[in-house]
Amino acid sequence: MSEAEPNPVDTGGPVKGRPARRAGTARATLRSMLRSKPATAGLVLVAVHVLIALLAPLLTPYSPTANAPGSALLGPSAGHWAGTDALGRDVLARVLHGGRYALTVSFAATACAVALGTLVGCAAALKGGRLDGLVMRVLDAVLAVPPILALLVVVTVLGAGPAVIVLAVTVVYAPQVVRVVRAAAMGVAPLDYVTAARARGERTFPILVREVLPNIADVVSVEFAMRASWVVLLISSLSFLGFGANPPTPDWGLMIAENRTAMTVVPWASLAPIVALATLVLGLNLSADGLAKAWGVDRVKEAQ
Amino acid sequence: MLTFLTRRLLSAAGTVLLAALLVFAAVQLLPGDVATQVLGQDATPEAVAALRDQLDLNRPAALRFVEWAAGAVRGDFGTSLVSGEPVAGSLWLHLRNTLLIAAATVAVAVTSSIVLGVVAGLYRDRWPDTLISSLTLAGMSVPEFVVATLLVLALSITVPVLPAVVLDEASAPVGDLLPAVVLPTVALSVVMTAYIVRMTRTSVIDVMASEFVTTARLKGLGAWRVVVRHALPSALLPTLNVIAMNVAWLVGGVVVVENVFNYPGIGKLMLEAVHSRDLPVLQAVAVVGAVVYVLCNLAADLAAMALNPRLRTGERSAR
Repeated sequence: MSEAEPNPVDTGGPVKGRPARRAGTARATLRSMLRSKPATAGLVLVAVHVLIALLAPLLTPYSPTANAPGSALLGPSAGHWAGTDALGRDVLARVLHGGRYALTVSFAATACAVALGTLVGCAAALKGGRLDGLVMRVLDAVLAVPPILALLVVVTVLGAGPAVIVLAVTVVYAPQVVRVVRAAAMGVAPLDYVTAARARGERTFPILVREVLPNIADVVSVEFAMRASWVVLLISSLSFLGFGANPPTPDWGLMIAENRTAMTVVPWASLAPIVALATLVLGLNLSADGLAKAWGVDRVKEAQ
Repeated sequence: MLTFLTRRLLSAAGTVLLAALLVFAAVQLLPGDVATQVLGQDATPEAVAALRDQLDLNRPAALRFVEWAAGAVRGDFGTSLVSGEPVAGSLWLHLRNTLLIAAATVAVAVTSSIVLGVVAGLYRDRWPDTLISSLTLAGMSVPEFVVATLLVLALSITVPVLPAVVLDEASAPVGDLLPAVVLPTVALSVVMTAYIVRMTRTSVIDVMASEFVTTARLKGLGAWRVVVRHALPSALLPTLNVIAMNVAWLVGGVVVVENVFNYPGIGKLMLEAVHSRDLPVLQAVAVVGAVVYVLCNLAADLAAMALNPRLRTGERSAR
């Protein structure tokens, strides 16, 4: 709630006169991030997860979905490094393939939420007035319904499926993006170059794309990075509850739910997906922190 | 002051009403026919007609919403499609059980996160800060169901001291439920603390660098007095909002964690409603979630007013 902040511009919008924002080109940012050890570790973790997800079929001889009742509930061994689950499927193969669902659905959902949120946030900040008031009013109401409850309502009504989940996460998270982006855009809107563009008679949309967006790109990027880690957590929770990936899709949340009951027999069947999920989210968190630091966006305050 | 309060209360009521409208619209208006949705594609036309009758679907949606909302205000959330009993009865029972966990979690998480955040902020970049910040990052990186699962592994299986699964009915007396509250509370507290500590740490660092703290120090006040009397009230202001946001998260986290422990709370009620497509129950739970969220934000704003005299003068416009 930005209300206690007497001045919304303070909540991480671009500070006027911040030195050469153009330094935010990809290479300079990367170099600045690599100078910090935690950020480097985060980037490496995420990169490794992406690589594993891409190369999963090459990394393991086992199919992630083929049942083998003869070799069910085995402990770790030379043949099955992380053992097998109740249906005899190789746990490691399922963990390696498990990132595919999590990464694609999370990435798509985050991208949609941030894109929609940015568009609406900028429009609300630029147009102001009644549109702004109305948008914030409706967003307050959407925000009031806790994310998981909202997701469950949507999934009940529309049925579980990757497309529905992407849509639902977009609806749930876009309002929070709107708030942050709106605050940042409000900091840019009164600046001279925006006024100049208005005076030239440009329409709102070109102003938004050419003048405002490039100048709040840092806020939007950090928002994307930190939102991504929350979305991964949310989507894995949904899978855990049985409303995300459908069995026998290999997915970490689903695996933890499936193997939880056999935890006394084959603990690694639950622990392996837990480790995979935790390292991915840790990597995303560290990267988001690093990005925020490299660009001087206050991530903790952004979270409000 | 009074006008501000009134406006704030009206705005809160408006938000709840709008949220209820959104939930109602999502459940009843989005896809084709609700009755067919509930009964499945191969239901007989007679069954569909009977359910349409039961849900009053033949009347305009606007009218249904007004009646439903009017009923909800009086505590009547309609009739469950599964049990045929009023939703309100089981809703209050489950809500009571969930509030047990929620209250315990908020108490534990807020206390521990303020203590840890202040320590981390005061010992910035030294080992207590490094340790706390690393733990925080770890806590933020595991979902609550993972913490819950690991706790079950540690405290119910390896060292069996606490129940892994709750077998009580929703109507069990509070005393019987208490042992079952411990593990869910710990699981939720770990994650919630992680999020709040970050904010407390940042604001403690900000406040300790401010001029009035330097003044207090230069006046020769003891370190303890400077922190507790001068720095903390200001440092807690931004933290309050984060706590309110986290309570909203808590309502969602509870759904997941209750499922892990089979705890008879509002989360389990919601999941059962999702599985059996019990729309009246679903609507009721979502709206209660929204009410809890709005109340928490209201409480945070009022607490912020109590802590910050500047906010009491009524300079700010209501939302």
